[in-house]
Amino acid sequence: MNKSLVLGGVLVIGLLGTTAVCAADPAPLRGDGDIWSSTDVVQWQDRDPIPRDYVQQPPMVPHTVEGYTVNLKVNKCLTCHSWANYKEKKATKISQTHFSDREGNDLANVSARRYFCSQCHTPQADAKPLVENLFQPLPAISNR
Amino acid sequence: MSSATEDKNILARWWGALKRPSTRYAAGSLLGAGVVAGIVLWGGFNTAMEATNTEQFCISCHEMEENVYREYQNTIHYSNRSGVRATCPDCHVPKEWTHKMVRKIQASNELWHKMLGTIDTPEKFEGKRLKMAQSVWHSMQKTDSRECRNCHEFDSMDYTKQGRRGRAQHIEGFDAGKTCIDCHKGIAHSLPAMVEVDPSAVMGDGKRHR
Repeated sequence: MNKSLVLGGVLVIGLLGTTAVCAADPAPLRGDGDIWSSTDVVQWQDRDPIPRDYVQQPPMVPHTVEGYTVNLKVNKCLTCHSWANYKEKKATKISQTHFSDREGNDLANVSARRYFCSQCHTPQADAKPLVENLFQPLPAISNR
Repeated sequence: MSSATEDKNILARWWGALKRPSTRYAAGSLLGAGVVAGIVLWGGFNTAMEATNTEQFCISCHEMEENVYREYQNTIHYSNRSGVRATCPDCHVPKEWTHKMVRKIQASNELWHKMLGTIDTPEKFEGKRLKMAQSVWHSMQKTDSRECRNCHEFDSMDYTKQGRRGRAQHIEGFDAGKTCIDCHKGIAHSLPAMVEVDPSAVMGDGKRHR
């Protein structure tokens, strides 16, 4: 028998096998739900400042932050919330705590450990909580 | 010496032929040939102009494709709910003919730097990013953001459909005579290191005030 014929046969069988493996979709981690259908979650856009629920809670972001870049070169949040800009932009200014390093020294600009805003300050969405939450805000700082 | 005289003779003969009315060709043929030549030349010029005014042409340079084009793909001008896309020339080449020609001539400087390899690595590109960005910001400020306003005209804005922040800032900005680019920097490409533009909006250097 011709050598190339054998080789071709092996290739065809190999290809068929691969196709069979690919055809069997792995079970999706998300479950069987349709991932393309839109959710009812609506991003909060441009609200008043959100009341805080406990002492030293980082204020939440009452607006969308889509496309806002925060990297080593630039911080989009600070173009409104920095001390130099907040008055003109009518925004909340970042607190003085953001200027101290971990030794407690006051720095001339925002400290690296307080620079990446969304580590603590998050935009909110009108989403149903996944689990029940019995947390009650402190009456002393919240009138809810 | 003799070749210079010869050149002069050739020029003089051509000039003479151009000045004298033709005795060999009918006026109709000359007119026809002129019209055909005009169509071919103008058509060719226009075709070349259109061909260099496509996104495909812009990103045929790796400097554009690997940097600004990829950054732009994450922005709303590339992909959005209504599917209206603004491609490179929509924002960077004027629509109006005269301004378009001026911009096309200015682009020869870009070809020159392409040949020099001024920004042919990501590091070089990053090193020049502030200078290039400032040049674009400056030219947009000079034209009152003309290319933005091809689609976004102040007078057509329905403030009631805008978010609270946008509404307040648009009204205030227009009243103060600001133009789009004054606030909307870095909406289609990554911003350069902004320390020279706004030192309050960049990562601090960890130093104390002296």
